[in-house]
Amino acid sequence: MSVPILKQGDYLIASIQSALSDSEVLELRDDLAERVGQFRARGIVVDVTALDVIDSFAARALRTIGSTAKLRGAETVLVGIQPDVAMAMVQFELDLQPLHTALDLEEGLAVLRRTARGGDDDGP
Amino acid sequence: MDHETCVEIESDADMVAARAAGRALAERLGFSRTDGTLIATAISEVARNILVHAGCGEILLHDVHERDRHGIVVVARDCGPGIQSVELALQDGWGSSGGLGLGLPGARRLMDEFTIESVPGDGTTVTMKKWRARDPLERLRREREQREQVWA
Repeated sequence: MSVPILKQGDYLIASIQSALSDSEVLELRDDLAERVGQFRARGIVVDVTALDVIDSFAARALRTIGSTAKLRGAETVLVGIQPDVAMAMVQFELDLQPLHTALDLEEGLAVLRRTARGGDDDGP
Repeated sequence: MDHETCVEIESDADMVAARAAGRALAERLGFSRTDGTLIATAISEVARNILVHAGCGEILLHDVHERDRHGIVVVARDCGPGIQSVELALQDGWGSSGGLGLGLPGARRLMDEFTIESVPGDGTTVTMKKWRARDPLERLRREREQREQVWA
């Protein structure tokens, strides 16, 4: 099942609907890299609320989404990391640099708007 | 041992199934949601290891019970080429297949026990355990049952 990517204003919103296999994670990565140009997006929100785990593979793919988008002129915010997933990531010692993170979609969009104005308080 | 599940690992969709099976068994054994996620994440890493290094294998899940604790045991088995140096495979940053080599060391940090047996040419078996303390009431009840059995 591929992840739906919606366009809202200058932003793309990728809302993951269920647990993803490795190939689905890579598909999302490639789709987003392409759509940033296609829609001339300034920012991406990836909603991972429904993701069951973020392991080394998923973390690397998500970081790549952020770095690729940045090279194409867009910022990426990850929203909806569940508390148990966050705990597992800390114990695993995974990190998500250079991604921005926010609690939910609303906060994520606010982060993108702040970043666009030049205030980069939330970013790395 | 009351519960036993085996998930064949042949494609990356099977990894998702193995994670779900691990989480379901952890929940049945009374582990917290967070522990369930730690276990599912570790399963994801060892399942990927099977796919990348051996192509196929299986993940066996079962429970284990001791006086003071309950445990979940995850055994990941493959018949691949084996790991040349288990010590190296457990170091961060080591990896032979284009990964970042974070998988196995990370999985080890998520679990309480972690062992790898590997025979070059004859496959690899990773065994991981996670424990949770047995509830004191649960233990007292069991001890009383045992006493009653002795008197009967």
